[in-house]
Amino acid sequence: MEMSIPVTISMGSQAMLAPLVLSLASLGLMMQIAFWRHSTASWVICCVSILAAMLALVPMSELSPILVTPILINDQFSLFFSFLILLSTLVIAVLAKDYLQNKSGENEEFYLLLMLAGLGGLILVSATHLATFLLGLELLGVALYALIAYPERGHLPLEAAIKYLVLSGAASAILLFGFALIYAALGTLSFEGIGIALQSVESNDKDIIVLMGTAMVFTGIGFKLSLVPFHMWTPDVYQGAPSPVTGFLATVSKGAIFAALLRFFVDGQLFQYQGLLLALSIVAIASMLAGNLLALRQSNLKRLLAYSSIAHMGYLLIVLVVCGVQENAQLALESGSFYLAAYVITSLAAFAVMTIISQHEESDDIADVRGLFWRHPLLATTLTIAMLSLAGIPLTAGFIGKFYIFTAGISGSLWLLLGALVIGSGIGIYYYLRVIFAMTQTDSSDTNTVYSPVHVSLVAKAVVCLLVVLMLYLGVLPQGLMEYLGTLSV
Amino acid sequence: MFLLNLILILLAGGALAWLSERMGAQWPRQIALLVVLADLVYFLIKIAKIPVANFALTPNASDPSSWLFAYKAEWIPRFGINIELAMDGLSLILVMLTLVLGAVAIVSSWNEKNDRQGFFQANILWTLAGVIGVFLALDLFLFFLFWEVMLVPMYLLIAIWGHEGKAYASMKFFIFTQLSGLLMLVAILVLAKLHHSATGVYSFSYFDLLALDINANFAYWLMLGFFIAFVVKLPGFPFHTWLPDAHTQAPTAGSVILAGILLKTGAYGLIRFTVPLFPAAALEFAPIAMMLGVAGVIYGAILAFAQNDFKRLVAYSSVSHMGFVLLGVFAWNSLALQGAVMQMVAHGFSTAALFMIAGALQQRLHTRDMDKMGGLWHNMPRMGAVALFFVLASLGLPGLGNFVAEFFVLVGLFAVNPWMAAFAALGLITAAVYSLILMQKAFYGKPNENLKVADFGSLEMTAMAVMIIGLIWLGLYPQPVLDMVQPVLNSLYIETNTVPLLENRDVGLIESVNLVGGSE
Repeated sequence: MEMSIPVTISMGSQAMLAPLVLSLASLGLMMQIAFWRHSTASWVICCVSILAAMLALVPMSELSPILVTPILINDQFSLFFSFLILLSTLVIAVLAKDYLQNKSGENEEFYLLLMLAGLGGLILVSATHLATFLLGLELLGVALYALIAYPERGHLPLEAAIKYLVLSGAASAILLFGFALIYAALGTLSFEGIGIALQSVESNDKDIIVLMGTAMVFTGIGFKLSLVPFHMWTPDVYQGAPSPVTGFLATVSKGAIFAALLRFFVDGQLFQYQGLLLALSIVAIASMLAGNLLALRQSNLKRLLAYSSIAHMGYLLIVLVVCGVQENAQLALESGSFYLAAYVITSLAAFAVMTIISQHEESDDIADVRGLFWRHPLLATTLTIAMLSLAGIPLTAGFIGKFYIFTAGISGSLWLLLGALVIGSGIGIYYYLRVIFAMTQTDSSDTNTVYSPVHVSLVAKAVVCLLVVLMLYLGVLPQGLMEYLGTLSV
Repeated sequence: MFLLNLILILLAGGALAWLSERMGAQWPRQIALLVVLADLVYFLIKIAKIPVANFALTPNASDPSSWLFAYKAEWIPRFGINIELAMDGLSLILVMLTLVLGAVAIVSSWNEKNDRQGFFQANILWTLAGVIGVFLALDLFLFFLFWEVMLVPMYLLIAIWGHEGKAYASMKFFIFTQLSGLLMLVAILVLAKLHHSATGVYSFSYFDLLALDINANFAYWLMLGFFIAFVVKLPGFPFHTWLPDAHTQAPTAGSVILAGILLKTGAYGLIRFTVPLFPAAALEFAPIAMMLGVAGVIYGAILAFAQNDFKRLVAYSSVSHMGFVLLGVFAWNSLALQGAVMQMVAHGFSTAALFMIAGALQQRLHTRDMDKMGGLWHNMPRMGAVALFFVLASLGLPGLGNFVAEFFVLVGLFAVNPWMAAFAALGLITAAVYSLILMQKAFYGKPNENLKVADFGSLEMTAMAVMIIGLIWLGLYPQPVLDMVQPVLNSLYIETNTVPLLENRDVGLIESVNLVGGSE
């Protein structure tokens, strides 16, 4: 993202080690599946290679910032989000193992698809060019189509997969058309090139073509991020997809796409379009209000989190609008990154608990978590902290994230957006508390209801504990991450 | 470290009480009581070591080292956030009230058969820790953190151990406080941003923000952000509707803490933050605030009179009594302000005791409906006598703390706005009506001879005795409290205050304070 300090162009493999590790490992995994079907082995290969990719970030950071070919970059920003994506993918992989064991069918390809989707995320956050942007987006998307329908024969996952396939396909088409229009007007596809070209655009009709192209790009991304009015698919897909995949969709997919969007928006200097900022503000307000209002009446946990994710993406859009004033861009970038990190970790925790519970319960109803506090305190505490974090209560990561968004919004004097943020958060408390309330209740009337005991494997327990520690750590001692994010540059 | 320890002891004690559940159901409450008493003793020992002369010193609002205690440690330097705690006379009294009533609250639920005693007691201790944090925090970020965090254990207390309508009541309680808290958060962040614009660094320190020069129009909006958050908690009319539900549905200990302590955080916020940070805007707003205060006094009293539910009646009476606090703060002279502080303490005792009695009745009779009670004095003479005492205190019987408080507020208010004072004085009359109705319905009348219920035991009577002595002391010899608070109020309202109006109004009234106590 940093363009002012000199960046060497290098083909060296060290600078892109993590994606390379993951690519090679997926090839390896493919061979393993072809010759020897064994789901535990596949799982081990998947987890080990993700860990290796995480380790590979260390040698990568030694070279950063560095431009690897004109279309990929390795800088602080991409390293941070790569780490977040790999961590999330690892967590999902660990949780998926127990989940898949209870389902029939072959599970090996699940891990392969997961790795490919993670790879798509890594490419997205390193993209400095619309070609890599699209490449990452499609790698992520295509793997997700298969993942959503993966283990089940039921009609819900299939319906979800078809819905996601059709709508996401349409969104990609619109996105591509937008790219084409931008290229037609400016003659470049690199983010930086677009930024430079935009400064020199003077003729009016050229400007309109660029604006239309940008609008179409944002429409396509709006679909993927499930912003109002492009949010219709979200609840159905969240509900239909297997829980670990929903978790992946909510964290890696949205996080990576938003990170890429942030880079495109800042490097491509799109913030100079006042009309675009206005449109973003309207979409943000609509997402915050509609997402929260629609979540109120949900009794299915996954649908509830789907609507809540719409609202959270709305909160995040404030960050883009703040970029409109140059001196606030640094704070906006820092805010957006922190909020995303907090949101990803919190959502992971919520979906981790749901994945564990849904191994035993068929539905994902709020009623399923009734009395969880007394049946399984660890899971209940995790879900409680996750809900408080999503609601933005202090001492959790979500609060610091919201604190950042508020601070950024105030710096930009965006009072209307802040008002929507306050109202949206106020509404949000209701449904987050409903989940917590359900967990504290026991049915005294029908004590005969026997809840199946929840068995949690040791690895899953460790993962859940790690996420709790991360949520609280970022909420209580955020200074470390703040300092790191402060070094991100625009 | 002393101030931080006060909070940490309670936090750790909560965890300990929770864990002790495994050893037996009777352990958590004993540990919880011990922890609170230990905290209180620790507090008193530290207080006793302060030279007496220091209490009379006016704390310099721009210099924390002139306070009785101060503690500061770096926390999030990126935004200039520190763990900044300090104690002056005002917070000293409120912390003491919190610890005493905390012990009372634990005693009040001593014999209740609550499930999961460990977690119950842990939540009580964590709420107390949060409240003490609110009274001590002088970094506004930290203050907001405590303000919000104390909600969570309180929410759990109502949601898990509450009565029949707990789902609705706990939700309403949380949303009201949280939503108004967000407005305050925005106001706090704007202040920090203003500091950033003026000096180039963020700061959330009370002392830094006091020195800010804020555009008058802007200050009015920011003041409203703080005001709404505090008035919801107080609660002031028309933001009071969460209170009857929450207080009625909470378990006894929860009601005691809510009414006795939590409401005082709102009053404290008004005195500590709203007025000193935005003196001019607050003065401009004072007539409206006073009108809300009068409305609360009268409206709360009328609604209290209409209740059949013992707890609901006491809850509405709180709305009425806390209206006096709002009046006292915004009448803008030191006599009324003294009255407001006195009211905080006196109301804390009297309402906590009444809720404790309500809880004891519900536990014994399984109803809060006063129509189903009657003649209880015959069955439980000790409880009846105690109830009579606190009902009389609550209606403002001279010689008890509440009378002194409300009298001060009314005298102070009369100097500012006689009409307003006249209307507020109606609250004293209506208080007599609803208080006596309560006594009449529940304790007098034809006794039910067949009713076999236990009277108050020695532990409960001890707790009651503490509060009775407290109220009599406040009623007969309030001077120590006034002396403790006066320097603080002087510093908040005069030294940091650039509004000259105040002193002109104040001249005659400061002398009248001295008439009451003669502390020269």
